[in-house]
Amino acid sequence: MKLRANLVIGGALFALAIIVGLLAPWLAHTDPVMDANLMNAEEPPSWTWWFGTDAQGRDIYSRVLYGARVSLTVGIVSQLINSVIGVALGLSAGYFGGWWDDVVNALTNLMLAIPSLIFALAIMAVLGPGLTSLLIALGLTNWSFTCRLARASALSLRSQGYVQAATVLGYGDVRIMITQLLPNMLGPIVVIGTLGMGSAVLSEAALSFLGLGVRPPFPSWGSMLSEAREQITTAPWLSIFPGLAIFLTVLGLNLLGDGLRDILDPQSRSRRT
Amino acid sequence: MTGSPLLEVENLRIDLDDGSRRVAAAEGISFRIDRGETFGLVGESGCGKSITALALIGLLRSPLSIGGGVIRFDGQEIQHLSAARQRQLRGNRIAMIFQEPMTALNPVSPVGRQIAEMFVLHKGKSWREANQLAVEALASVRVPAPERRVRDYPHQLSGGMRQRVMIAIALACGPDLLIADEPTTALDVTVQAEIIELMRNLCAERGTAILMISHDLGLVANVCRRVAVMYAGRIVEERGSADIFRAPSHPYTQGLVDSLPRLGSRAALGRSRLKEIAGVVPAITRFPDGCRFNPRCALATEICRTTAPQIDGLEAGDFVRCHHHA
Repeated sequence: MKLRANLVIGGALFALAIIVGLLAPWLAHTDPVMDANLMNAEEPPSWTWWFGTDAQGRDIYSRVLYGARVSLTVGIVSQLINSVIGVALGLSAGYFGGWWDDVVNALTNLMLAIPSLIFALAIMAVLGPGLTSLLIALGLTNWSFTCRLARASALSLRSQGYVQAATVLGYGDVRIMITQLLPNMLGPIVVIGTLGMGSAVLSEAALSFLGLGVRPPFPSWGSMLSEAREQITTAPWLSIFPGLAIFLTVLGLNLLGDGLRDILDPQSRSRRT
Repeated sequence: MTGSPLLEVENLRIDLDDGSRRVAAAEGISFRIDRGETFGLVGESGCGKSITALALIGLLRSPLSIGGGVIRFDGQEIQHLSAARQRQLRGNRIAMIFQEPMTALNPVSPVGRQIAEMFVLHKGKSWREANQLAVEALASVRVPAPERRVRDYPHQLSGGMRQRVMIAIALACGPDLLIADEPTTALDVTVQAEIIELMRNLCAERGTAILMISHDLGLVANVCRRVAVMYAGRIVEERGSADIFRAPSHPYTQGLVDSLPRLGSRAALGRSRLKEIAGVVPAITRFPDGCRFNPRCALATEICRTTAPQIDGLEAGDFVRCHHHA
């Protein structure tokens, strides 16, 4: 039962973030963009303004709710792209070895040598700002850790008895990779994936701050944090609430990853029942 | 049916490429297995019996490769078949079970699914049908409550049960030949007897031939009709299994037979030392000239050190590879 606490808490936090994002139009008190009113500028948190207001008098609570949409979409989708690329390259490289392994290794080293944010910036510069190019840019630049992990797992799993047995029983290469190698490496891949989602949320913030992500006035947690930077001493609530949202989401993702790793391991699965 | 043998190996040579040169890890391997026959391949560790088995199913990997000879399965030469054609044979017509039932099953997949996959892969069944067949297959290897057991993961089964599952997987598609590489070494003796009995009965029912690879001469002689003894990459003697115990011809085989403890013998009662074969198997790169057994052989003379003995036919397809056999 102890094993499931992290799964429940992590799942709940992550689910909360998703629900908040989905139901934002119904939960929000005001429109996050249009309802600017300088009469209410920089109000501290109160019964009227739960999370306070910013310099334009916009309700931070409503903006945090809407911000979840951008941050979660970017976090989940870009990490999914990364995981698929990383697993496909790493798994095949580890399994086949030879020249393909050399090619994938060279590519991975290249990705690791260039800071991924700089690389993402370059892609954004070509594609232009916006949500789609944000997803593409972050989705193409953070697969190297997943790739390394998948390759290392494939290398060690390849010599396992059951992989050899599958070869002897007439399984093809693709079938071996999908039925024998992939399920056995899924635990760490999922854990890395949830961590990656957290860092994608942060990368989105950085790119939005540089004016390449979601453009103001539309809110995302990252851009809200960036905008709040200068008022951090005079109006700390501007940074605290979006920061808290990022913190809780990333924490939830990490706990969720841990919990998933536990149930993906069949030994612990039967221990539980 | 009895006309052509199921498997015919002729003068098979397996090369080991150690970077600078190629040495023969095994050579002059010839034997035949008839349909439904049980054939034993015996030898100590490193004599080349496992690589011979891998060569048969086309799974030698660098630095090992087939250096020559012919492998004929059901009248068809298979040593140069394409990878795809070999894959169709593997698991379907030639199956193999391994020494380690602990590691030969995928830990994250229920055993029923692993059996069912064979029907999907080789017989084109739907998963629905395949799952049903998997329950029957588990029942046939006498796993109790098979309809519940199919959902178990390998770690929930004992070693004996896992080896039963392996047998169910191997025999799922009704192969013509089952290669069993030390199938019971990792199991304790009582389970070992059950598994061997099960394997023998199932294969006899279905007309599946068995190639049993083992270092245990006693086990092989018990199970197999014919036995080939390998030493340092060559078959030194091949005979009916009763004869090999009664009258071993090659000095190495004699040594093996003498080193078996027998119930009621002086050695087993602790009154005399069990005989051993002095020395160790030479490394592949340092096989001696002449007869490869000569450094350990009590009978060795000058000719043994210079000339490799040729095969000497005995009666009824038996042969021995020794200068000194009577």
